[in-house]
Amino acid sequence: MRELTYADALREALREEMLRDPNVILLGEEIGVFNGVYKVTRGLLDEFGPERVRDTPISEAAIAGAAVGLALAGLKPVAEIMYMDFLPICMDQLATQAAKMRFMSGGQLKVPMVLRTQYSLGRQHGSQHSQFTPAWFLQVPGIKIVLPSNPYDAKGLLKSSIRDPNPVLFIESGLLYRTKGPVPEEEYTIPLGQAEVKRKGEDITIVGISRQVGEALSAATKLEQSGISAEVIDVRTLQPLDLKTIVESVKRTSRLVIASDDVKTGGVGAEISASVNENAFGYLDAPIARIACPDTPIPFSPPLEQSYMPNADKIVETVKTIMGK
Amino acid sequence: MLQSMLLLRRFEEKVEELFMVKGALIGPSHLYLGQEAVAVGAMSALAPDDLTVTTYRGHGHALAKRVPAKLCMAELFGKETGNCKGLGGSMHVAIYPKTGSLYATAIVGSGIPIAAGVGLGLKQKRSKNIVATFFGDGACNTGAFHEGTNLIAVWKLPVLLFCENNQYAMSTPVKRAVSSPSIAERGRAYGMETIVVDGNDVISVYVAAKIAAERARSRSEPTFLECVTYKMKGHGVYDKGEYRPKDEVEKWLARDPIIVFKKKLLDSKTMTQSEIDAVEDIVKQEIEESVEFAMQGSVLPFNTIQSYVYAEE
Repeated sequence: MRELTYADALREALREEMLRDPNVILLGEEIGVFNGVYKVTRGLLDEFGPERVRDTPISEAAIAGAAVGLALAGLKPVAEIMYMDFLPICMDQLATQAAKMRFMSGGQLKVPMVLRTQYSLGRQHGSQHSQFTPAWFLQVPGIKIVLPSNPYDAKGLLKSSIRDPNPVLFIESGLLYRTKGPVPEEEYTIPLGQAEVKRKGEDITIVGISRQVGEALSAATKLEQSGISAEVIDVRTLQPLDLKTIVESVKRTSRLVIASDDVKTGGVGAEISASVNENAFGYLDAPIARIACPDTPIPFSPPLEQSYMPNADKIVETVKTIMGK
Repeated sequence: MLQSMLLLRRFEEKVEELFMVKGALIGPSHLYLGQEAVAVGAMSALAPDDLTVTTYRGHGHALAKRVPAKLCMAELFGKETGNCKGLGGSMHVAIYPKTGSLYATAIVGSGIPIAAGVGLGLKQKRSKNIVATFFGDGACNTGAFHEGTNLIAVWKLPVLLFCENNQYAMSTPVKRAVSSPSIAERGRAYGMETIVVDGNDVISVYVAAKIAAERARSRSEPTFLECVTYKMKGHGVYDKGEYRPKDEVEKWLARDPIIVFKKKLLDSKTMTQSEIDAVEDIVKQEIEESVEFAMQGSVLPFNTIQSYVYAEE
């Protein structure tokens, strides 16, 4: 199968959906003439023109608000917010407007929009350009949260997100844009709300979120050498969360580790852990462990940032402790 | 127009009574009393299928945009028979896309970027329709106002921005919150056609809105309309507005938009007193029926609310 980078897989999804549906339009900072800061929208301005690939001023609240309005007017906007750290600037539009419109209108309104963003942890971008904060949005019923961990999923999940009739927060990983993976030529989509078992195992379940799926897979390979068989699950979407797949796995392995690039306190790991406790407590042979970032802002200094980030070695260490090896 | 203005007035008077006297309604409710000329003048200049994005002070916008009074009243009562099935309440009563009353937000200023998006959508679809957005003087100090207004201006979107300057953002007077000589300066600063209108004179609002609507429809150019008016009561239904100087209140009450309009109709012999009385009777009847309708409705079953969070295909 041919290989594409994560960025090109996303680009292909955007292009195919724009060809498929004339209502799909893109808006964001630097997405047109500049081809996107990460080149995800490369060439799309030339192909589709400035009405469908719309460069905006630096106005995150207006970008998100305009996307909401476009969706209400019957279009399918895909807005880009350059860094996840900029989401608080448009939080009102996403969390308090888009997410609640269908509900508080008694089902009269529909907001089919996608807000694409990325987090740059691991790229030496410092405290204000590296944050990964998906848990904030778990507190907001009404939006879906999608986090692709590889090029195949990036394309299939973005296509489904664009076709979804709800607001979707689509969180990309900046560190993954240049990584390659198999992406078939033929059309496919991946439904939102289906986790994937990436590797079968018997002794312990490792749930990975976004970039940590790759780290969990590396960890599983290393653990195999120590005689530990780890199952790796990619959640793919946090809202809806495919709890069933996770719980079924934990019922077999009796142990769970959750790896994520967010800060540990109040993070997505806490939510998954609590849900597993509610649904599979009797099956657990060990406390659930979370591997996440420490509770500090993200340091700039490259060695400090490396120490700060969760990685395969930290997962291996935690798993070995749990397994008593 | 008179009937519509009277409907807005009598509806709010009834709401106030239901809150204060009868205790039948609870929760925040922001009355539109005194601003009727703005909503009615503006909506009369729009086509029925033009769209609006309004606010939590939206009972007047809803009624002027032909959302049936009985649905609004049922929504205030939190009944399933309300236009938002009782899930929205007073602050979202102006959500009824069937009559073009597209959206009403309860976050000050947030409707303006949304109106920009709706305007862009209409323009992109080569629609003949336009969008009007309503907001208060308080909204003009929010970031969303500036970001949204700039986008509307820079992309030349078919949007009418109605700033209802009712002199107070909650209890804060405009002069303590806006440094420019008028709010209209801000529309001009974004390179937008801007006009200051007597917001207590329905004909003035109508004429200005008609010209602005034409400009938006034929040339896709936005207009900023500062409608200078006054809220007769406080911020919400429980606020008596005691922070306002007595003589100021009296001065504005003498310019009550309904008194002003009735006088105009009588002086110009457009209507007789008995014709006006007949309209009052029709409105009174409609309000009574709407309360009756609202009281009869039932509440949405709690176990169904989850189904309103996400849309299926």
